Amino acid sequence: MFPPIPNPDVSVQKPQFGPQDLVRRSASTVPPPTRQLTPVAKLIDVSKCIGCKACQAACLVWNDLREEVGENRGTYDNPEDLTPDSLTVMRFTEWINPGTDTLEWLIRKDGCMHCAEPGCLIACPAPGAIVQYSNGIVDFIHENCIGCGYCIKGCPFNIPRISRVDNTAYKCTLCSDRVAVGQGPACQKACPTQAIVFGTKDEMKAWADDRIKDLKSRGFDHAGLYDPPGVGGTHVMYVLHHADKPHIYASLPDNPRISPLVKAWKGAGKYAGMGIIALSVVAGALHYLVQGPNRVTKKDEEEAERLAEEKT
Amino acid sequence: MASLAPTFGRGAMTNSWTDIKNTDLVVIMGGNAAEAHPCGFKWVTEAKHYRGAKLIVVDPRFTRSASVADFYCPIRQGTDIAYLLGLINYCIQNDKVQWDYVKSFTNAGLLVDERFGYSDGLFTGYDEEKRDYDRTSWDYQMGPDGFALVDDTLQNPRCVWNLLKQHVSIYTPEMVERICGSPRDKFLKVCEMVAECASKTKTMTSMYALGWTQHSKGSQNIRAMAMLQLILGNIGVRGGGMNALRGHSNIQGLTDIGLMSNLIPGYLNIPTERETNLDQYMSARGFKPLRPGQTSYWQNYKKFFVSFQKAMWGDAATAENSFAYDWLPKLDVPSYDILRAFELMHMGQMNGYFCQGFNALLSFPNRRKITSALSRLKFLVVMDPLQTETARFWENHGEFNDVNTSSIQTEVFELPTTCFAEDEGSLTNSGRWLQWHWPGGTPPGEAKTDNWIMAQLYLRLKALYEKEGGPVADPILKLDWRYKDPGHPTAEELAKELNGHAVTDLADPVDAGKVQIQRGKQLPGFAALRDDGSTACGCWIYSGCFTEAGNQMARRDTRDPDETGAYGGWAWSWPANRRILYNRASADLEGRPWDETRKLMWWDGSKWAGYDIPDIAPNARPGEVMPFIMNAEGTARLFSLRGLREGPFPAHYEPFESPIVNVLAPRIRGNPAARVFKSDAAQFGDAEKFPYAATSYRLTEHFHFWTKHVQINASLQPEFFVEIGEELAQEKGIKPGGWVRVSSVRGSIRAKAVVTKRIRKLICDGKPVHIVGIPLHWGFMGEAKEGFGPNSLTPFVGDANIETPEYKAFLVNIEPITGPVA
Amino acid sequence: MNIQVSRRRFLQLAGAGAAATTSIAAFGYGEAEAEVAAHVRNFKLAKAIETRNTCTYCSVACGIIMYSRGDLSKGEQAKIFHIEGDSDHPTNRGTLCPKGAALLDLVHSKTRTLYPQVRRPGSDKFERCSWDYALDRIARLMKDDRDKNIIERNADGVTVNRWTSTGFLAASATTNETAWETYKVVRSTGIVAFDNQARV
Repeated sequence: MFPPIPNPDVSVQKPQFGPQDLVRRSASTVPPPTRQLTPVAKLIDVSKCIGCKACQAACLVWNDLREEVGENRGTYDNPEDLTPDSLTVMRFTEWINPGTDTLEWLIRKDGCMHCAEPGCLIACPAPGAIVQYSNGIVDFIHENCIGCGYCIKGCPFNIPRISRVDNTAYKCTLCSDRVAVGQGPACQKACPTQAIVFGTKDEMKAWADDRIKDLKSRGFDHAGLYDPPGVGGTHVMYVLHHADKPHIYASLPDNPRISPLVKAWKGAGKYAGMGIIALSVVAGALHYLVQGPNRVTKKDEEEAERLAEEKT
Repeated sequence: MASLAPTFGRGAMTNSWTDIKNTDLVVIMGGNAAEAHPCGFKWVTEAKHYRGAKLIVVDPRFTRSASVADFYCPIRQGTDIAYLLGLINYCIQNDKVQWDYVKSFTNAGLLVDERFGYSDGLFTGYDEEKRDYDRTSWDYQMGPDGFALVDDTLQNPRCVWNLLKQHVSIYTPEMVERICGSPRDKFLKVCEMVAECASKTKTMTSMYALGWTQHSKGSQNIRAMAMLQLILGNIGVRGGGMNALRGHSNIQGLTDIGLMSNLIPGYLNIPTERETNLDQYMSARGFKPLRPGQTSYWQNYKKFFVSFQKAMWGDAATAENSFAYDWLPKLDVPSYDILRAFELMHMGQMNGYFCQGFNALLSFPNRRKITSALSRLKFLVVMDPLQTETARFWENHGEFNDVNTSSIQTEVFELPTTCFAEDEGSLTNSGRWLQWHWPGGTPPGEAKTDNWIMAQLYLRLKALYEKEGGPVADPILKLDWRYKDPGHPTAEELAKELNGHAVTDLADPVDAGKVQIQRGKQLPGFAALRDDGSTACGCWIYSGCFTEAGNQMARRDTRDPDETGAYGGWAWSWPANRRILYNRASADLEGRPWDETRKLMWWDGSKWAGYDIPDIAPNARPGEVMPFIMNAEGTARLFSLRGLREGPFPAHYEPFESPIVNVLAPRIRGNPAARVFKSDAAQFGDAEKFPYAATSYRLTEHFHFWTKHVQINASLQPEFFVEIGEELAQEKGIKPGGWVRVSSVRGSIRAKAVVTKRIRKLICDGKPVHIVGIPLHWGFMGEAKEGFGPNSLTPFVGDANIETPEYKAFLVNIEPITGPVA
Repeated sequence: MNIQVSRRRFLQLAGAGAAATTSIAAFGYGEAEAEVAAHVRNFKLAKAIETRNTCTYCSVACGIIMYSRGDLSKGEQAKIFHIEGDSDHPTNRGTLCPKGAALLDLVHSKTRTLYPQVRRPGSDKFERCSWDYALDRIARLMKDDRDKNIIERNADGVTVNRWTSTGFLAASATTNETAWETYKVVRSTGIVAFDNQARV
């Protein structure tokens, strides 16, 4: 058993990290931090997951969120997709393994991957709306969010969702409030089978190695760790029984990467003022890149294009 | 649990949740632990991770448990006995038997009455009219010394082993495939994996739940696996056992304390009216050992019984009045179980009914009958922390509860109770741990604890009898009720009564001049109980839970020496804080552990030592005293004598509603010894009109009918649905997420359809059988969408021994429909 | 427990990082608390009262900790605002299933029963009533039925004290202590239609 994290201390504690530990801040710069936090990671072992949705329940409870009661659409997926309240969902896939002709019920907990190179942050035009700490946590600062939806377009995993209530973007924070006092995320704490474990990224990789050996001994020759290099690695990683084909797990990207256009803009957008211009340039292109909720209206885009033309 | 007691001596999960990590093979059959007990299932994933254990799932559906299994084998619901006897047959035919264990610790060598036999699906003594057996021939051959005859060489054709071998020989892999629809190659793969555990150094654990009990032969399903576990030598060892996963948080406790028609706490029996006095009652309960030198612990029955009577009626229970024996009700039928109660209600012979946290309207079979039964009551009292459907059975909720309100003359009370968070006391988990809990929240509104409500009801009833008099008033007036606040007994006061105390000074049994336990002191355990009225104890198996050393159930010592999973200092487990039942069987006849790496108890030359409390007298010499101390033989029973109503061995019977006839005994419908009420017999459906084999089950997102009141769980699984395979969907033109109507003889329901690869057509006796899965969590109260449940469809028939309704196997039809009219 | 201790230390390191030896105050934490709050939500369990309990659902009996404002054990009004698994518990080790993880919403369910209610014969509604009214009325109904229908002796003259016309279903989520008290009361009346969820 991965050693359980002790029960929380209910005395008042100072958070162990904060703004001084930022390494990135959207559409703005941060002074280099004076210390490097140990990178953390959440490891999701798909082969141990029973799809019970304890992670979903624990996430809603801890974050004081509630999801609306939907309907059954012929699957076990409820809610059907991520929402501003459901920051994580289980995705169920019934897959016939062509090698063995047996059914495998692949169940993947979806949610923010906390990319080392976060596409959301890089695409975000609002100064300080998305931040990244040196421990790897990528967090949204809602006061600074303008609800434009570019984080969704920048995200190779299609994770953030815009709230109709306050028109800002939401996603998993990796329970930064819990991690800041030495706890693991709420989903990890709840997970009945320890399909979710939490610790330093190195420790998680070592733990994953052990799990992969076990899976290989059971005939899963392609078992492996999902820590995609295209986004610089992630602070939420998966152990997959079929790591050679991530896409069978409800379209987990085989090779996620940030769109070159977002990257190009990031290079130009060193200063806040230029960021707006750069945003305008890539706006149209991004529109074609990512299917999904598009908060940027046609009028905005036209306006942006006009602005961009004037400046150049 | 009715099946484990006749086999091993006690009706409870043998091992603990934390012990499951010690296993090499987990068989989940008759249950779905990942779905229904996720946090207990953790120990399966631990066993896989650390011991390289394998997991097999045998189920009609590819379940959440199957999703992480090493091997999955489909089976048609209601055919588990054929499958399990097939496994036993494989082990016997292939010499995969833990011989030392079988020869020493089971009744394999005991000789059976010459008159006993089995043919055409029936054992000797069947009376078709009564649907019952004359069981006199289901016995051992007795010697002149009063002990059962035995042939240790297992050569005698009448020894249990040879009769068993003969009995299971018909269950070949071909027959298993024909009955169960399990492909032969898959069945054989399971056989191979299971048979490996006949090794002394390999153990298998069985995890099951209502998937085995909710059948008309549920007890025998479990017994079949219990027998297999004995043949493999897996009872009493770490990582082995029969692990009955109880559904509710305290169902084990309520069964232990005997809140059933025919029980007295600690698995004693309410007398029948043929037992007219205490001596007569005791005469059938001598429990003389059937083999020399055996413990036969039930010989102490009278101590438990008298101490119980003293706990009930205190000073009013005296030797002169046979300890108030007359005050107990005496039964005229085996039991007034829920099915009989609702049958009586339905016939207008029941006037009042109490539901203390039990949603009968959604829980009991044939909902139409339940509604009409409740409507004939004069009064109904519902005590519940939640607004249940049962309390509103008279309220019209359109198609979800279409009743004629004004015609229902029942007076209904809904009494608000506290929930767990506001209440104190102990709960007994599946693994027999009694754990204390504390209240942390102020009850909402005017909600009151059940302790308060029951006391208030009692005091008011008592006052009426004091004032007005009335028949049989003494048992009420003289009930021992010495609580500090009679209107609100505390959990501690009640727990102390369960544990028991000395009514008078107890003399030391060795030195009569000395006082062993002073008057008024809490007893250290059930060994201190006496049959002369000098001790009082509410539930003998719980004695030891609250001693002079304090509340043992509140202990929180997390130490686990050598990480065996025993946690002997955490809470308290019955009996006597033993964590693994029959643990003496973890060592061989000489007292040496079968498996040194997984040792549990061993003989150290003078006594039993080990990680657990020995489940045998600590100085009982190995080789002389056998491990199954509750059984008069000292051994476990492959042949269960008269312990179960339908036979000493399990035999395959079809469900009462089955898509095929019983291929072994075509004349027999259902379980020949199951009770069927006349009006219900007319309500069995047949495969012609209702061709599909339905089953019902829980989903992991919900708990019965409670979590539809929980906003989060309602959002995680919002709406009632049924599950079918792709072949059936195609045949019937049913679309994923589309609406269907599912019907049986007894009713019809509307549902969304989940079309899945996880359910596949089976071929049974050459015919295709489609399975329809029906989860049970919806009703018309709470946060989830209004919906139906399987009990609108299920038949009103139960297990022959304990009347658990047959929820797991029945027949339905299914048709696509257009959506509900808005 | 050694593992847990080392794990606690490890996680502190994970938070504080390589510069763990540096005083947090050196980063000007005290002054910047408002900003910190905006960044990382305050830990909501700070200053909560903790109470140990057992999950009310299945028989795994997971240990839970209920976090409240107000201390019931001191006679205060207590409102539970969070429930989480107890990491010390040998079986669940802090984990909970989707039901257990959402226990808070059961405690505060909108459809909890709050007041005694009665539905009179033929009526289409519940009416709120007092505890005294409900309990007196139920005791009356019980006694009337018992006096009329209890079978004191059977045809053979044997004392049987059997009351078959009123039944009692007990709940398998109540405590052992409630079960015992219920047993005493129900058996003393002679009720034989006595059962619990063990069968279903």
